Amino acid sequence: MGHKKKMPDFSTFFTTSKFRKSFVAAGFLAFFAVSAFANQDHSVSATAHEGDVADVAVTSHVADSSHEMAHSGEAHGASSHGEAHAPEKFAPGKMIMEHIADAHDWHLWGEGHESVSISLPVILYTESKGITLFSSARFEHGHAAYEGFELNEEGKVVWADAKNTESIYDISLSKNVVAMLIAVFTILIIAIGMANSYKKNKGKAPKGFHNLVEPLILFIRDDVAKPSIGHKTDKFMPLLLTIFSFIFVNNVFGLIPIFPGGANVTGNIAVTMVLALVIFLTVNLNGNKYYWKHIFLPDVPVWMYVIIIPIEILGVVLKPFVLMLRLFANITAGHIIILGFFSLIFIFGSMNQGLGYAVSPLSVAFTVFMGLLEMLVAFLQAFVFTLLSAIYIGMAVEEHHH
Amino acid sequence: MQLVTPAIGLVFWMLVTFTLLLVILKKFAWKPILESIRDREQTIEDSLSLAEKTKADMIRLQGENESLLAEARKERDALLKEAREMRDKIVGDAKAVADEEAKKLMTRAQDEIEKQKAAAIDELKREVSVLSVQIAEKLMQQQLENNQAQQAIIEKQLSQLN
Repeated sequence: MGHKKKMPDFSTFFTTSKFRKSFVAAGFLAFFAVSAFANQDHSVSATAHEGDVADVAVTSHVADSSHEMAHSGEAHGASSHGEAHAPEKFAPGKMIMEHIADAHDWHLWGEGHESVSISLPVILYTESKGITLFSSARFEHGHAAYEGFELNEEGKVVWADAKNTESIYDISLSKNVVAMLIAVFTILIIAIGMANSYKKNKGKAPKGFHNLVEPLILFIRDDVAKPSIGHKTDKFMPLLLTIFSFIFVNNVFGLIPIFPGGANVTGNIAVTMVLALVIFLTVNLNGNKYYWKHIFLPDVPVWMYVIIIPIEILGVVLKPFVLMLRLFANITAGHIIILGFFSLIFIFGSMNQGLGYAVSPLSVAFTVFMGLLEMLVAFLQAFVFTLLSAIYIGMAVEEHHH
Repeated sequence: MQLVTPAIGLVFWMLVTFTLLLVILKKFAWKPILESIRDREQTIEDSLSLAEKTKADMIRLQGENESLLAEARKERDALLKEAREMRDKIVGDAKAVADEEAKKLMTRAQDEIEKQKAAAIDELKREVSVLSVQIAEKLMQQQLENNQAQQAIIEKQLSQLN
């Protein structure tokens, strides 16, 4: 459903000369990335080799600076030496899911016991124990239980005692929560800083960073909110601006592959659900009599009410629901595609080492291309969400109905 | 399935964070920013309309000035004309008065002259008569002293009578 909105922009994107230039740039980047990759891979093989000699478990014998490369190391490290112990098969689906899902620790690099990650606080509420707070390091990446809790395969906190059916309310400061907080603080610093410098430069022309942010604000006000809401725009501007900046900044942070970013915040259904809920409440709490009349007393023959009223009521719920799904699907899809392209390297690599090398330039080139596309989508989805919110609000507060 | 199941913890934190973000941004960021932008736009609009108004005023004033000037010129011309007329009239009047006066003076002078002349003639007549009587007396005295001369005169008189 979101794709309809985005397609026209895609077509222009492909035909602009800027795109061609970026593609050339992407090619160069890909080349360098591949050479770096090749160099690193030798060290991986070497480590893997040592690991074989030392005869330790496959899951713990690889150390590398990259998660994906570690997989590759395991894969061909095992295949090239034809060791007796079963090589851990590279599972792209699992890897992708791990990356786009929420987690109790923020994985930085490495694999198994060598992996480096930031342990985040786990906060649990159970009726029997009340609030329990401890570091996720206690779980030792799912290998240990703590205070009767442990992590299941999906990374969810469950009772160590499988027979216990008491529900656990997990309100941990998970990876997504922390990423969201980082984004929120970024927004606060930028927005409040801007507000202060507005006060300082009162009555003067905007300068510096203002010129970057002010057009966005004016764009939201003049091109998104005003045409949809009309003279009541001012009342809803703070909400629309907050939603836009929240989605946009989180989208962009999600594209950064290392620490402060990389979390799939706006691609998480819980986050989009709350955003949609906010819009749902705003629309229905501000709906005037025309809005409600349109739903319960539409301008159709009375016998059609049987069909129309359920449809209208469904529409009230469906609109925010679609907002929720569109943002979630678009951002998650972007992350999945990028991870998928990377997985290709290791899928082919596990068949044949040379094939893995051969595929990698293509993979990297496509990933860079997708990254650029995702930059566009990051803005586009924030814009679409804000625009549709404004339209729904506009429909609810419109005064003179046809 | 895990992907589309909203996690309660994230929903909770998202609600808290987003609400706080909305409240804080609304109070400390969007309101001042939007107000400043609105103020600035208002200032620009006001300045533009003021400039437009000033321009219109200028044009109006210019027109007014021109009409004032034309009016003043017309008035000046009228005044000048009036003054000229007045001058002519005054001069004319003065001339007429002067003429009359002169005429009056002349008549009076003539009358005086006539009177004087008459008086002089009267005086002269009187003088002449006195003189002729005196001459006649002297002549008579002379004549009577000389017979011959008497005779001559009588003769002359007689011849004249003839």
